[in-house]
Amino acid sequence: MPTTVQASPYGTSVRDFRDQPRVPAFRLDPLLLLATLALIACSLYTIATATTGDIDGSPYYFLTRQSAYFGVGLVLMLIVSRVDYSRFREWKAGIYVAMIASILLVMLAGVSARGSTRSIELGFFSFQASEIGKLLLILALSGFLVDRVRRLGDRDTTSRAVLMAVFPAMLVIAQPDLGSGLVYLAVVTACLFVAGTKWTHFAALAALAGVAIVLVLVAAPAAGVEVLKPYQMDRLTAFLDPTENPREQGYQVNQSLTAIGSGGKTGRGDLATQTKLDFLPEHHTDFVFSVVGEEFGFVGTAIVLSLFALLIWRALRILTMAKNLYGTLLAGGITAMFMFQLFVNVGMTIGIMPITGITLPLVSYGGSSVIVTLLALGLLQSIHAQARDAAFAKGRDLAL
Amino acid sequence: MYLDGENRRSLTPQLAFRVALIGGVALLAFGVIFFRLWYLQVLSGDKYEAKANDNRVREIKVQAPRGEVVDRDGRVLVDNRTGLAVKVTPGKLPDDPGGRREVYKRLAGVLGSSAKRIDRSVSDQLKALPYSAATVKQDVKPNVVAYLLERQNDFPGVTVERVFLRQYPQKKIGAHLFGTVGEITKEQLTDQRYRGVGLGDRVGQSGIEYQYDRFLRGKNGASRVQVDALGSLRGELAVRRPVQGRQLRLSVDLGVQKVGQQALGGAKGAFAVMNVRNGEMVALGSTPSFDPNLFSKIIRPRDFKRLSSEELGKPLFNRASQGGYPTGSTYKLVTSVAGLEGGLITPDTVQYDGGSITVGGVRFQNAGGVVNGPVALRKALTVSSDVYYYLVGREANGSGDGLLLQRWARRLGIGRRTGIDLPSESPGFVPSPKWRNELFKKKLTDRPWSVGDNINLSVGQGDLAANPLQMAVAYSTVANGGRVLRPRLGQRIEDSGGRALQQLETPSPRRVKIKPEHRQAIMEGLRGAASAPGGTSTPVFKGFPVPVAGKTGTAEKGAGRADQSWYVALAPYPNPKYVVAVTFEAGGFGAETAAPAARRIMGELFGVKGDAKKQVQGGTAPD
Repeated sequence: MPTTVQASPYGTSVRDFRDQPRVPAFRLDPLLLLATLALIACSLYTIATATTGDIDGSPYYFLTRQSAYFGVGLVLMLIVSRVDYSRFREWKAGIYVAMIASILLVMLAGVSARGSTRSIELGFFSFQASEIGKLLLILALSGFLVDRVRRLGDRDTTSRAVLMAVFPAMLVIAQPDLGSGLVYLAVVTACLFVAGTKWTHFAALAALAGVAIVLVLVAAPAAGVEVLKPYQMDRLTAFLDPTENPREQGYQVNQSLTAIGSGGKTGRGDLATQTKLDFLPEHHTDFVFSVVGEEFGFVGTAIVLSLFALLIWRALRILTMAKNLYGTLLAGGITAMFMFQLFVNVGMTIGIMPITGITLPLVSYGGSSVIVTLLALGLLQSIHAQARDAAFAKGRDLAL
Repeated sequence: MYLDGENRRSLTPQLAFRVALIGGVALLAFGVIFFRLWYLQVLSGDKYEAKANDNRVREIKVQAPRGEVVDRDGRVLVDNRTGLAVKVTPGKLPDDPGGRREVYKRLAGVLGSSAKRIDRSVSDQLKALPYSAATVKQDVKPNVVAYLLERQNDFPGVTVERVFLRQYPQKKIGAHLFGTVGEITKEQLTDQRYRGVGLGDRVGQSGIEYQYDRFLRGKNGASRVQVDALGSLRGELAVRRPVQGRQLRLSVDLGVQKVGQQALGGAKGAFAVMNVRNGEMVALGSTPSFDPNLFSKIIRPRDFKRLSSEELGKPLFNRASQGGYPTGSTYKLVTSVAGLEGGLITPDTVQYDGGSITVGGVRFQNAGGVVNGPVALRKALTVSSDVYYYLVGREANGSGDGLLLQRWARRLGIGRRTGIDLPSESPGFVPSPKWRNELFKKKLTDRPWSVGDNINLSVGQGDLAANPLQMAVAYSTVANGGRVLRPRLGQRIEDSGGRALQQLETPSPRRVKIKPEHRQAIMEGLRGAASAPGGTSTPVFKGFPVPVAGKTGTAEKGAGRADQSWYVALAPYPNPKYVVAVTFEAGGFGAETAAPAARRIMGELFGVKGDAKKQVQGGTAPD
């Protein structure tokens, strides 16, 4: 990378000539990139060992596909990181319409996969509208909040923002993709929170959410209205007592706990029978963390969690660095998305969260999830790059 | 308030606080997850690893062949053969009940069963032993197997496996001795006797197979296999080889057993051949017999019904140890011992046999109305004088407590189990005053006990019930001077090469006191009966090279029913080694049928060349 010393283009520096800040050619956050690449490596290694026996005759089926997704995703990430994210703010209405349209399109024309219609076949991979919807929602919602920044205290602002998320959330829950719907709600909460919405509004929202939960889980079934599918109800409540129904929903939790527990301190390696003999369901997608636990033990889970901790730290730091509110809100939404998915997914595998079908970002197998996650990371890098450019413009370099 | 616009803002305290809050939430969540993982992986890792292994490892039973049974010379009496069994493997059956029923239906058509029966049997077996294949039918014909294997697509999950089936190469010979095997019953499963035996295992259910099951049954092997979540096999981890059961050597002589059953010729009857010195059974047979091979598969109800039917003579019934018949004059040995030891007579007490006596208005006469004149004990046995024993019976009824005959019957092993190593032996019955008087009180009989009952008992008529095994024991007790032997079939436990592992203990016999001179007199009387002129079985044993002492018996069983025919022989006289007891349910005079059969058995027993095949002329002497 060129490191030629240049004079400030503005020429007004009072500093010593030799101390002139250099235009950073490499403007990505290196630690965020490191976390990203390390998690990708973990994902590929875990999927390689876990799925060799899944499809007879093609042991690398999932590995090659996941590698391709990462390849595409990384390219997209780099492209996005070079784009000025602020432009998305202007397109927020279009983005929001596109998001709702894509979700509706999937509902109308999508193919049914395991009883849930979430994707449209796009030749190479099946496109999950609800996944990309997470990112589109963050872009649109942040734009809306930036416009309303002077009226954040209004109930109208808060309720409109919430409705912006609740509407697509209801649509994807109906697909049914409960996990993505919950992510939308987490995203709107985080954006409002970062934007500075009043605590009273959050209290009101929490009360509303409580009433909604009671309605959905208790009142509606009692009245004979099926808001959630029975299996979703079972999943949501199974973690409370996995031994109660070991054959059905409790089965997955039990097998996941057994897998993670049996990994011990350093893992079972090739003897990871919970994974290799299919006792662990969805071991390359939703329960990939259990595979990490079984194959690599506490060491493996600690490494993966540390990488996520690094990622979240960098995301929060980028949030604080952003050159404008839009960047801050974007980073807030993206961070919330990562945190929510991470904690709900890992919590599910270790039996302290309900089973919601949420993937582990970057690690779980799946094209839509991988690409959307990398696009989000690209946005974070873009925010970082823009922040560094802006700081440079002001004559300050930002420490890494 | 934030600065809007494109310009760099500074971090407001509010945002800093809120970001810190988000960071705090993240930290808290990470903390919870770390502690949870620490607990799961580091603290409970072993527990979960055991659970994971439980998940994947299944034990599949590998059937062990039962031990063989051989006769005293090592000739095979019972062994095993391999048969082809049709089984279904649960993991490979169609998942949906409809598809499974289709397979069962097709299978039922091929095997001649019903889909419902297959379904019930399979689900029962799978409940007990998940992952092991369930047997649908044992021992199917090769052409059926070929049909199934050629159409694997129509029969998913159906497999054919080699299994061990019990084989009885001697077929009907010794069937009652060897007994049968059958699947362990629910009650047996909870029995201590069958520890280590699992559902579906086959164990001895009668005869020697039952008695010595502990030795004969092998130790099932197991193959530890790895299964996946669907229960499909994913490789074998370890194999524990099955261990065949021990070989059992019986004291039985196959040749004698064969000749004995041939001598009975399919008529309803039984015989027992025993070593009078140590109680070893040389042969024990009952006819009509059956083929125990029918039981080595699952027996068809139709066959079982046939083998139990009265019209066909109940082939499953072991007349030699479970039967109970009046013994006729063979019982005079018991009466003789009782009279002599009870002091009612001496060997030389002479009674006048006028052909009949009248007691209480009832006339008791000799068989055929023969008049024997003055007789003492020896001649009374030789010519089978009934009157002589009537007098003993009458006197026994009147002296002391009147139970002298009953007491000695019990002492000599009549009316009680002999203790032979066979299950379900019948004790038989000796009538007594108490028994009849109680029946009378309950109005189940028309009269109380009278002296006539005792007189009948003295010659083995009336309500007495004994079997050849008991008579053999009674005769051997006299022959060996007072040891009441416990008949033994099992001799020793061996490894498959015939090397002895364990001698089967013969319990020490009960002793009764019989004075040598009394024994002497009885033996001489019995010898006379088989050799002296006028002896009831003298003609039968004419020309037989081994000196025999023996007693005929003919018991009346009431109006319209043929007489029970008996012969009990001791040889060689005067120090007998063997006792042979033969009975026919409908054989007429003892000398006519039972004695010639006994001679044929003796011929084989003593290796008399050609005698076994010689047509022995039956005697006609009444007794």
